[in-house]
Amino acid sequence: MSVDMNMSILIVDDYKTMLRIIRNLLKQLGFSNVDEATDGSMALQKLRDKDYGLVISDWNMEPMTGIQLLREVRADTRLKTLPFIMITAESKTENVIAAKEAGVNNYIVKPFNAATLKTKLSTVLGNF
Amino acid sequence: MSIAVPPELVARLSALRSRGQSYSRDEITEIVTGLLSTLDGDLSNVNLKLYAELEDLAQYILSAKKEIASLLPDDITSTHLPTATDELDAIVGATEVATNGILHAVEVIEGLTAEMPPEVAEKITEAVTEVYESCNFQDITGQRITKVVKALKHIETKVDALVAAFGDEIQKYRDVNPQKQMADEPINDAALLNGPQMPDDAANQAEIDALLASFD
Repeated sequence: MSVDMNMSILIVDDYKTMLRIIRNLLKQLGFSNVDEATDGSMALQKLRDKDYGLVISDWNMEPMTGIQLLREVRADTRLKTLPFIMITAESKTENVIAAKEAGVNNYIVKPFNAATLKTKLSTVLGNF
Repeated sequence: MSIAVPPELVARLSALRSRGQSYSRDEITEIVTGLLSTLDGDLSNVNLKLYAELEDLAQYILSAKKEIASLLPDDITSTHLPTATDELDAIVGATEVATNGILHAVEVIEGLTAEMPPEVAEKITEAVTEVYESCNFQDITGQRITKVVKALKHIETKVDALVAAFGDEIQKYRDVNPQKQMADEPINDAALLNGPQMPDDAANQAEIDALLASFD
């Protein structure tokens, strides 16, 4: 199955520079239809208003964290199968386990590089 | 020795206990005096020795309180910690501005790759990608600094509790030992070493030029 390079991707991070970096790296990989949110609650609203093919979210945000967003997504009938990648500096084993138990599709630890992002996207979406 | 504690003293002790906070030296003196006045009968040597030990202990505590008060621990929460957290916030802000500047510059460069020969464009894109990757640092340093700020705020809470426990002891020390006003002292070299100023306090180049010109 080929990857829809025009899919809408939602990136979520409370650091504007991080949003900018991820957006630019996605653009280099061929994904240019990218929206941004700066915390989980804003992201959830956008996810309910529009169809997205992927969420890439930070963990540590206020008021709604990335793991809370993930749980909300998995609890939502329409969104529960939406691919969800966590990109975070939270690198403890218990974090990864909690994210996996909440239904994350993949997990990238900050700081990350473009090759890691491409590999994880391929794992979740299929080769592109 | 027997102790018959008067009801009014019991009520006073109960009222102070229910306040759930520290007592002033005057209040403690009043209580101890009240308690001592209720003692009757003969005091044995053991009682007297115990009383002397307690008196020594009380003096020691008072002395320690005065010494700690002289360190002016309220300065830590009123001046030093807020300054430290403001400086750390300024670091996060400055690195964010710098990172955005770098990102903007490389985005412009990346936008020009379409006009470059393919082999050059490929190398430029690789270099730009490395810059994007390296700019991860801003997020990581920001999160680390946030952790430090939280630790400082925790210390602030503990010091606040310490200051509250001292009651008016610190103010009494200040009254007896007023700090010299900075304006009264000549500015020495050490006082001029303040490092980068917070944006709100910093003079810009135009203001400095105007100040320099005022000497002409």
